[in-house]
Amino acid sequence: MRYAMAIDTKKCVGCSDCVVACQTENNVPIGYCRDWVVEVTDGTYPQLELENRSERCNHCNNAPCVRCCPTGASHFSDGGIVLVKEKRCIGCGACIASCPYDARFPHPNGYVDKCTFCIHRVKNGLNPACVEACPTKCMYFGDLDDPKSDVSIVLKTRKWKTLIPEAGTGPELYFLI
Amino acid sequence: MKEEIIVSGRMNPLIDPQLHIWHWQIPLYLFLGGLAAGILFFAALYYILNKEDIYPTAVRFAPIFVPVILVIGLLALFIDLNHKPYFWQLYTTIRLESPMSWGAWTLMAITPLSFIWAALHIKHIFPTWDWKFSWLKNFEAFCLKHKLNIAWIMLVFAVILGIYTGVLFSAFNARPLWNTSILGPLFLVSGLSTGAATIILMSRSYEERKLFARIDLILIGIELFLIVHMFMGFLASHQVQIDAAKLFLGGPYTAPFWIFVVTLGLIVPAILEILELRKYKVPVIFPAILVLFGGIMMRFIIAYAGQASRWLY
Repeated sequence: MRYAMAIDTKKCVGCSDCVVACQTENNVPIGYCRDWVVEVTDGTYPQLELENRSERCNHCNNAPCVRCCPTGASHFSDGGIVLVKEKRCIGCGACIASCPYDARFPHPNGYVDKCTFCIHRVKNGLNPACVEACPTKCMYFGDLDDPKSDVSIVLKTRKWKTLIPEAGTGPELYFLI
Repeated sequence: MKEEIIVSGRMNPLIDPQLHIWHWQIPLYLFLGGLAAGILFFAALYYILNKEDIYPTAVRFAPIFVPVILVIGLLALFIDLNHKPYFWQLYTTIRLESPMSWGAWTLMAITPLSFIWAALHIKHIFPTWDWKFSWLKNFEAFCLKHKLNIAWIMLVFAVILGIYTGVLFSAFNARPLWNTSILGPLFLVSGLSTGAATIILMSRSYEERKLFARIDLILIGIELFLIVHMFMGFLASHQVQIDAAKLFLGGPYTAPFWIFVVTLGLIVPAILEILELRKYKVPVIFPAILVLFGGIMMRFIIAYAGQASRWLY
């Protein structure tokens, strides 16, 4: 099992519904967020290109945050989902500094918080809250080891990229381009 | 033109707009760790070389401050933790992949050793010192019997501690400025240099000061070599490391780094020490304090600048 997410940058309108859905579903404290939307404008007028990306933890398969965690609080869960065990986390911040995507933040309660791919929903056969809420249906979630999953199919038929693969982290968040 | 903005209003405090998860606590802790490593290294070395009577400050007196230095450093580390009640989780696992983990275990080993070493020499300061309890006296006798073994263990752990202060940073590939293996040796040498400076500061024997001024001079030379090498490596590397080097070569950290660390912390004390060795009258306090100042500035500047350096995508 290898969970992954694909986001269609051509369909995303940057409405930030995914951000609000996540904050609501996961009780993210006010002023914090586990996912966010980046708008990239590239080129010189009038030849401009626009790309909207809904970003979050990349659930890397060679995760530096898991490697540098001194207590094992950051760990790989089912299907390669990177999670933090709150009661093992000492809040040292090493994982935050180690993430090239800046996907982690210190929760006001002390431990480190991040996207969980909504593992509590996924285990019950549901999609993560952000995928479910997307009004343009531009996000796909599933198991890459299952050739019939939404994410496997869309990655076979579309061109895609990952963010800074040269950082060597093996990200599992795919952007359709 | 390429413009990238976060449109969803991401504002994770301490992460945006620039990562700032580590404040003064971590660089202070790294400085004190390096300083303790330096002092213990020379104490163990000159004890093993059987020069205890020629260099008493290095072997007997300076190490008495090390437990205090380490405790303050550990306190700073503890203040840095966000989830304090769970700090003991550090000591439930050994994770060799995580420098933070083996650093914590190294401190767990070297802190008691530093207490023992200080206790073994307390009678040189207070000749009438009495341990009161017989089990303490027995323990002292046991440690005195095995003092050479303790010195060897301390020597090894001091080197590990000194290197660890740099490896803690260099293990982060997400921060291109830190992600250079030179930081380990650089922080070790800087730690030894600050240790030597402390011994110079405390010593009353001209012979001892002369020896440690010489040692410090060599260490400063190695540090300058490592710093030049670090920038050569950055500039010959990929764009993110070139950008990291530019923080110090025209960027916002240029003035503090080259003035406080390189000029005041390395070059000026080196010149003063050369003058002193050439028998000019230089108050010993100046080069020693400058070396300590340069050491602490280096940790602060590298800690802060490292958090400003990142991959762009």
